[in-house]
Amino acid sequence: MSKQPTASRPSPGSTGASRVAELELDRVTVRFGGLVALSDAALTVRPHTVHGVIGPNGAGKTTLFNVACGFVRPDEGQILRRGEHLTRLRPSDLPGLGMARTLQGLGLFDRVTVLDNVMIGADRHARTGFWASALAWPTSGREERALRERALGALAELGIADLAPLVAGSLPYPLRKKVALARALVGEPELLLLDEPASGLAADEIDDLGELVRGLTDRMAVLLVEHHMDLVMRICDDITVLDFGRVIAHGPPEQVRNDPAVLEAYLGEDV
Amino acid sequence: MERISRLVGSTLARHLLVAALGMVVVVMALTAVSDFRRFQLAEMACLAIAAGGLTVLTGLNGQLSLGHGALMAVGTYTTALLLPDRDASTPLVLVVLISVCTATLVGALVGVAAARLHGPYLAGATLALAVAVPGLALHFRETLGGEQGIPVVAPPPPGWAEDATYFLTASDLTPRGWIAFLAWSTLILSFLLLANLSHSRVGRRWRAVRDDPVAAELAGIVVGRSRVSAFMVSAAAAGAAGSMLALVVRLAAPGSFTLALSLTLIAAVVLGGLGSLTGALLGAALLTFLPQFVTQIGRDAGLDDVRAAELAPLVYGLVMVLVILLAPGGLFGVIRGALTRRRARRALAARSVEASTSTRPDPDSPPDEQLTDPSGDHRTATTTEGAPR
Repeated sequence: MSKQPTASRPSPGSTGASRVAELELDRVTVRFGGLVALSDAALTVRPHTVHGVIGPNGAGKTTLFNVACGFVRPDEGQILRRGEHLTRLRPSDLPGLGMARTLQGLGLFDRVTVLDNVMIGADRHARTGFWASALAWPTSGREERALRERALGALAELGIADLAPLVAGSLPYPLRKKVALARALVGEPELLLLDEPASGLAADEIDDLGELVRGLTDRMAVLLVEHHMDLVMRICDDITVLDFGRVIAHGPPEQVRNDPAVLEAYLGEDV
Repeated sequence: MERISRLVGSTLARHLLVAALGMVVVVMALTAVSDFRRFQLAEMACLAIAAGGLTVLTGLNGQLSLGHGALMAVGTYTTALLLPDRDASTPLVLVVLISVCTATLVGALVGVAAARLHGPYLAGATLALAVAVPGLALHFRETLGGEQGIPVVAPPPPGWAEDATYFLTASDLTPRGWIAFLAWSTLILSFLLLANLSHSRVGRRWRAVRDDPVAAELAGIVVGRSRVSAFMVSAAAAGAAGSMLALVVRLAAPGSFTLALSLTLIAAVVLGGLGSLTGALLGAALLTFLPQFVTQIGRDAGLDDVRAAELAPLVYGLVMVLVILLAPGGLFGVIRGALTRRRARRALAARSVEASTSTRPDPDSPPDEQLTDPSGDHRTATTTEGAPR
């Protein structure tokens, strides 16, 4: 485990400390062999905002996400979480840092129930050790019940509590997507990373998703990678635009929308 | 009332109840059958303990081991070395515990290597273990007895057990009966612990690592550590099985731990249903009693002894093929799969009536395939490789 910043967070109203970024990528460069996937990329996720990362295919969006999660270690540059340097960040450190991420391919645990999927997401709140589990010690039973309540609460919030006993792999895609989101939310992260949350959803489902994500901002900051330009423009407070691994623009939606560099990058693209 | 429902809901209470019932059935069965059957039942118990450990490793954690016979051998040889003659002073419980610990330790070493491998590479590495360990016995002829092996002197039944048997059944407790009782007690105890683990946070984390290592990692699970712990638990069960086997066959010899033993364990686990302890028990029973049963049928049908004996492997192979074709989830998986499918269909039907919104199917796979039994697919042995998607 790497060092974990203190859990106490200043209330949004307070001055000074609340300005500390939930996540800051500072001049991050990633090379895969001769290919430069990210070059001097920087972005800052402010507390209680939705931050979008967009860009044409192959612009380095996913690499940027993978750097923020510890899947890819940057060759240069730094990752800061609330002002603290995250050196040697590993994906398994995320829950301890108050972060959660959804995966493009969902990454559901297909052969266990929806409830178990979400309970894994809440695992950060569990303490039961090996021997308490093997002996089914009463404390472990109590903790399991608490975890189950928590997971059911997260499912209910997304309106899918009735799916709890079903095997996750048996569900249709949009429902699986909701389960993946519930699994990320149940850990009560303060920073949520969403990897293409709208892909594969119908128009009305995308609208619901937008509303949901907006509603999350009183509890957490959201960083998302997304192709649906409508959605991004509608729900994001800040947008960072990548092209060929470089940040070509960033700012609020209305500014980014009219940026000549962004228009050029997207020219000829099927969006 | 609420207290009762809570007690039934408690994992421990439920498992203890099943264990107690199992104990009663075992005692009744062991007193009812002949001494030869007791020996067979004891052998079956050994196979089942190891299969139970393997089903946790393969079924719950998705790691394949072709080397569990070798881990059993570690348990057997440890027990044999600790019980050199009738005057051996180490208490039996301690002997078994030390054997379990030794096997767990070896399992930890193998597990550390295994955690970095997957699919065919893992199978290959554990296969090497299955081949190498019996070879050690030939190499260290002085201490491990070479081809002949080490005789094991099983301690005689203690006074209380003899008294209790006489009191309950009005007959004497035979040494074989005592050992069979020990083996089945070990089986029940180890299955109790394995079942508890499977239903706990630990089991849930193992399954998460099996189904999607990347997502499991994001949930805060250190995948390597989880895999090693599963391997250690599985090795501990194999060690207990080996220790009991030493007492049952009264010999620790390399001939008992051929590759065939490891494969038999896999067969028991697959036949019964991956990840299910009941399945492991069923599989072990089938593999212990089927050959003899078939041979007997062959004899009754007028075949001579040699031909009758040849029937067994044929039927064995046939059963294996049939189970894989008709019930890929194993014998126990068939029942569970049907229940799961029906529940999914009903809940989704209720949902679509209620919401009557159109849901689009997963673009990756046809919906019919999605509804198949979760324990019925074959991806268990191959873990998905770690690129984040």
